[in-house]
Amino acid sequence: MTTADVTPAADPGALARMARELRPIAPFLVIFLCFALLALLASAIAPYNPNTQNLLARLKPPGTAVRGIFYLLGTDEVGRDLLSRLIFGARVSLSVAMLSVCVSTLIGTLLGTIAGFYRGATEIIIMRFTDIVLSIPAILLAIITIAVLGPGLQNVVLVLGFTRWPRYARVAYGQTLAAMGLTFMRASAFNGASAPRLILRHVLPNIAGAIIVVATLEFGLMVLFEAGLSFLGLGVQPPTPSWGSMLSVGRNYMGTAWWIATFPGICLFLLVLSINVIGDRLRDRLDPRSGR
Amino acid sequence: MGRFLLKRLVQSAIAILGTVTLIFFIQRLAGDPTLLMLPEGATREDIEILRHQLGFDRPLIVQYLEYIAQLAHFDLGQSLVQRVPVADIIAARLPYTLCLAAGALLVAVGVGLPAGILMAVRRGSALERALMALVLVGQSMPTFWSGILLIMLFAVTLGIMPSSGVDGVRSVVLPAIALGALTMATYARVARTAVLEELERDYVSTARAKGLSFRRVVTRHILRNAATPIITISALEIANLLAGAVIVETVFAWPGLGQLAVQSIAARDFPIVQAIVLLSAFVSIALNLVADLLYSVVDPRIRLEGRA
Repeated sequence: MTTADVTPAADPGALARMARELRPIAPFLVIFLCFALLALLASAIAPYNPNTQNLLARLKPPGTAVRGIFYLLGTDEVGRDLLSRLIFGARVSLSVAMLSVCVSTLIGTLLGTIAGFYRGATEIIIMRFTDIVLSIPAILLAIITIAVLGPGLQNVVLVLGFTRWPRYARVAYGQTLAAMGLTFMRASAFNGASAPRLILRHVLPNIAGAIIVVATLEFGLMVLFEAGLSFLGLGVQPPTPSWGSMLSVGRNYMGTAWWIATFPGICLFLLVLSINVIGDRLRDRLDPRSGR
Repeated sequence: MGRFLLKRLVQSAIAILGTVTLIFFIQRLAGDPTLLMLPEGATREDIEILRHQLGFDRPLIVQYLEYIAQLAHFDLGQSLVQRVPVADIIAARLPYTLCLAAGALLVAVGVGLPAGILMAVRRGSALERALMALVLVGQSMPTFWSGILLIMLFAVTLGIMPSSGVDGVRSVVLPAIALGALTMATYARVARTAVLEELERDYVSTARAKGLSFRRVVTRHILRNAATPIITISALEIANLLAGAVIVETVFAWPGLGQLAVQSIAARDFPIVQAIVLLSAFVSIALNLVADLLYSVVDPRIRLEGRA
């Protein structure tokens, strides 16, 4: 695989090739972009305030109008518009996932690159520490940390970011070791390039593909983790709408008001599914090892 | 083999010490752990008394060493709410989680491995696409949502399964499916990749040229060689099942360690939460050790590498 296959070039042949590449995953790209748009423009798109309660309109089924207010997807147990809450929920879900992926990518890539670059004692200490964090199941590590720090959006981002970096560190470490062996790296070092310069100019561009693949796959997991923590009451706190906490409330009403849990459940599934499919495709293209 | 074993044992011991240290310091992240253990609205005197009782007014290093010493004696402390040893509470819950995890593993391996092998062998067929869809659904479905759907379908609508709690062997079926789905997807993927890789090797053509049937080549040669990656992920996946139990047990009111962890956080019973996290980390380290030893048996090259 050459880099020309990955980066879109200006000539029409490349564009056509890219279109052909994206075709099989087009529906999933559309789903993901829809959620991203909902998240970005939540305040403009949502018909009502997601937190406004209307006790006269509690548990109304989808398509009900109460006093001139139309509830397309129905209302929840305190009469809030479900559609508006779902739209703002997309914002919570995607921003938590995005931020925590950024935090863990940063930490993991930095540590992994340093370990692979300097070798020796630095390498041993960093990689052993990586193994330790990796050996504690992430959700439990997140739970115990949130139990100490308290729940809330900010803490969820920090906790997920600080517990999920070892996978990036492992990949960055392995890729850096490989990159260090390349002839041009040795030539650069021989010519007196400084360590930060070598890392920034030569190592990082070489390992970026592998890191992006991990980040995409982790992104879907982060969405699930945030929803799971919120489902347990340890994530985003009410009244902030989160799909996980909406599901948690909704499951008590499954017999009488199925829509409360069903719509967030479907959104969550579709979002994670689209991320996973896109991630798979990226991995097939960028990670030469799985291309076979 | 002896040196390899010794090296891995020392590494595991370091990992355990590191985990214990990490958990200890996480608990000190918010400053004084006394505050975590008291109900909200406790008076300043209550806090002082408990702090002294638990020894949190001593230097951090003394507390740390004592904590290590306690754990070395397998002393997990006392539950703050129930006032009984944490070990007793955990011992009562552990069988349920083990039973659930075993059920989930059965689902995952029983469906995932054949699915993965079929996907590789029938590459490009409609069957592969159908199985891939199943894998993607298993991977993308949050356990709490699939759990609710399973309860609605099999317990509420069809009425053929208990909806929650423990009531005979049948009650483990739904939670095991919900918990096993993600692991099933992982097994299927890894098995598919491993078998695909082996299919390209020369020995496959040789065996076929010798006149062995394709089925025999797959069962006799390919599966044996594809075992290493599958063993490796088993260690990780069993640990993941234990962690996933936190959510599944909450959905199905299953009285295992996961439910206990969630209940203990709500009750601010911190020694229990800590013990559960430590336990699952130890299990995960032990499983990784076992996996390493196992595939050094399956694949002698790894053993030799350890010696070098």
